[in-house]
Amino acid sequence: MTLLDKLLQLLVAVVVFAAVMGVVLLVADRARGRRTDLVSGIAFTAPAFLLLLVGLLYPAARTAVQSFLDARSAGFVGLANYVQIFTQPDLVVVLRNTLLWVVITPILATAIGLVYAVLVDRTRFEAFAKALIFLPMAISFVGAAIIWKFVYEYRPNQQNIQQIGLLNQFLVWLGFEPVNFILAEPWNNLLLIVVMIWIQAGFAMTVLSAAIKAIPSDIIEAARLDGVGGMRLFFYITLPSIRPAVVVVITAISIAVLKVFDIVRTMTGGQFDTSVVANEFYVQSFRLSNLGMGSALAMILFVLVVPIVIYNVRQMRKVDGR
Amino acid sequence: MPAPKSGSILRRPSRGTAAISAALGLSLVLAGCGGSNVAGGGGNPAASSQDCAAFAQYGDLSGTRVTIYTSIVAPEDQPHIDSYRPFEECTGTQIVYEGSKEFEAQLPVRVQAGSPPDIAYVPQPGLLKTLVTQNPGAVKPAPQAVVANVDQYYSETFKAAGSVDGTLYGAPLGSNVKSYVWYSPQAFAEKGYTVPTTWDELVALSNRIAADGGKPWCAGIASGDATGWPLTDWLEDVMLRENGPEVYDQWVSHAIPFNDPRVAAALDRVGSILKNPDYVNGGLGDVASIATTTFQDGGLPILDGTCYLHRQANFYAANFPEGTDISENGQAFAFELPPIEASQPQTILVGSEFVAAFSDRPEVQAFQAYLSSPEWANMKAKAGSDLGQSGWISANTGLDPNNLSNPIDRLSAEILQDQSNTFRFDGSDLMPAAVGSASFWRGMTDWITGQSTSDTLTYVEQSWPASS
Repeated sequence: MTLLDKLLQLLVAVVVFAAVMGVVLLVADRARGRRTDLVSGIAFTAPAFLLLLVGLLYPAARTAVQSFLDARSAGFVGLANYVQIFTQPDLVVVLRNTLLWVVITPILATAIGLVYAVLVDRTRFEAFAKALIFLPMAISFVGAAIIWKFVYEYRPNQQNIQQIGLLNQFLVWLGFEPVNFILAEPWNNLLLIVVMIWIQAGFAMTVLSAAIKAIPSDIIEAARLDGVGGMRLFFYITLPSIRPAVVVVITAISIAVLKVFDIVRTMTGGQFDTSVVANEFYVQSFRLSNLGMGSALAMILFVLVVPIVIYNVRQMRKVDGR
Repeated sequence: MPAPKSGSILRRPSRGTAAISAALGLSLVLAGCGGSNVAGGGGNPAASSQDCAAFAQYGDLSGTRVTIYTSIVAPEDQPHIDSYRPFEECTGTQIVYEGSKEFEAQLPVRVQAGSPPDIAYVPQPGLLKTLVTQNPGAVKPAPQAVVANVDQYYSETFKAAGSVDGTLYGAPLGSNVKSYVWYSPQAFAEKGYTVPTTWDELVALSNRIAADGGKPWCAGIASGDATGWPLTDWLEDVMLRENGPEVYDQWVSHAIPFNDPRVAAALDRVGSILKNPDYVNGGLGDVASIATTTFQDGGLPILDGTCYLHRQANFYAANFPEGTDISENGQAFAFELPPIEASQPQTILVGSEFVAAFSDRPEVQAFQAYLSSPEWANMKAKAGSDLGQSGWISANTGLDPNNLSNPIDRLSAEILQDQSNTFRFDGSDLMPAAVGSASFWRGMTDWITGQSTSDTLTYVEQSWPASS
């Protein structure tokens, strides 16, 4: 396709979009009388609802059905795919790893972000310190994974061989033997989780810092007058005041973690017992063309995410409602 | 389109604006279609200075286009694209080339979605078979001209690998010789080592290098989510040399179980080299470092003299840094992995990609015929040589080795064309995907990081799909 073709396509897409919007506005505009609100409401939500139906609801339903079918979506196999996920050792490891990710990452990332936010709050170098921890947020997961892959890189301790991994270079400087970190099961999972924490701590810090600054200063002053300071101020005043924000951050990170795919795929490709559900779902569906198993894994992901999303939305409403 | 003032449309009826934008949209849709048609027209046959006599058989295909989807990406794609030029200029068709590293995952998706390319270069016969059996009618059987070319210019092994249930679907495109051991002729000369001709000599050489204080072998199997595949080649090569082609065929087709004692013996023989701490992993670490070293980096220590032997296919030539002297007396060259059982024929493990077509339009069939012809193989070889690239060969017996610039490519082409050689296709590529590109890879990776031979083979055996 030539550049001209592409530009024309772009133009066509923009114009079609404008035309659809024009029709929607026209319909909404024609409504008269008591039903004005209803008609314009429907006119505005219908396109979005249609897109949701085609792009989200239908695929979700289809995935649910496929998870009960065999590899080629030809025959009905009942719960066989799910049974396999919970019994086959390979796949049990995948579930275990996902559990590790979901438990460890949100807690550590939020804790680090929170402590950091409290420590730099109202200090002279606050803006700079915040920018520093926020920077990883700007890096894609794949980019971050490649950076950390270099950090963990292993070279033997031999003549003529230079370490290129930061961690192993430290070990060699300290007089230890270099370690092949990526191979050390199950600790290699934690090394992968570190990448996610590195990225998400900045997000946690930003939200929590804003929440801390929103605590009314008279509460803090009253507490100080009562002789509360340091750690007790943090645990009795700061933390309870920002509780809804903490919950939102934890749930948001949990959802991001459940979907984690890029980091695992880039750093280990799921080898050495580091695969997670999202990665395994891709492998099963697209590389092994086992649609049934892929769909079942996707459904598990779906079932895990839904309660967190619901909880998250409720908490967000609480925060907004304050 | 000018942005309407916010809110004004809702308050005042202005149907005109919406009607105009709708009309404008429609006219531009039409204009857009017309534009792409014009741009889609191919080259002009009359303007060509090429000798087009050889292409007269394909007829005039002006105004048509053929789309190609492949896993061959830059820089290896350039000689491919260059080699299509004479065909494009003489027939008037336009070849649209699209390379993707996610090819294996994306091709089945595109086929199932009903938007396949005209032609795909499928690197594994197992994937070709899956595409044919899972999407009836999607892959078109090779046209008569292609069948004739394959019968005339390719050996039976390659024809069989491109066929499903006796029907030829894909003619081989590029091929490779896998049974190579890379070494440095300069380092060998310096140390007084000689190229081994039997397995015992190979082991004796390894012992001698180890006694001299070196690590004889280096290896690397990391390859993203395909990690482990170089080890499957190791096992296949040793299976062929220890038990002969017949047992190998039974093993690949699952006529004998994957964990047959003969397979275990072969894997243990691989282990006697790769799991031997005295032998590996030259310049790269301990035995387990094989699992985390990328296969591209695996053989590079040969150039540093930190290892001396590296078993990898002919395409490994492309991984040496630019300017490396790859020749009989240079910094790197390769010899055939020696035989184990003198009673068994020396069998060469080979691999290939196959041209699968999802459309049977005349221009697509003509292009398939061109790709399976010696003219194309020679054109591709010249295009690669012109760019200074090595590592590409074809099993087409019409390929003139003199068109290949690199000694290793010439040697590989001669091995492929030697009628006295026995060939066997890469076993993991032939096995069902659940084994050949999943459990076999994963099992071998676990094996090199410490899992026992019997546990590994049992694990792969259990993953073999019941239906095949």
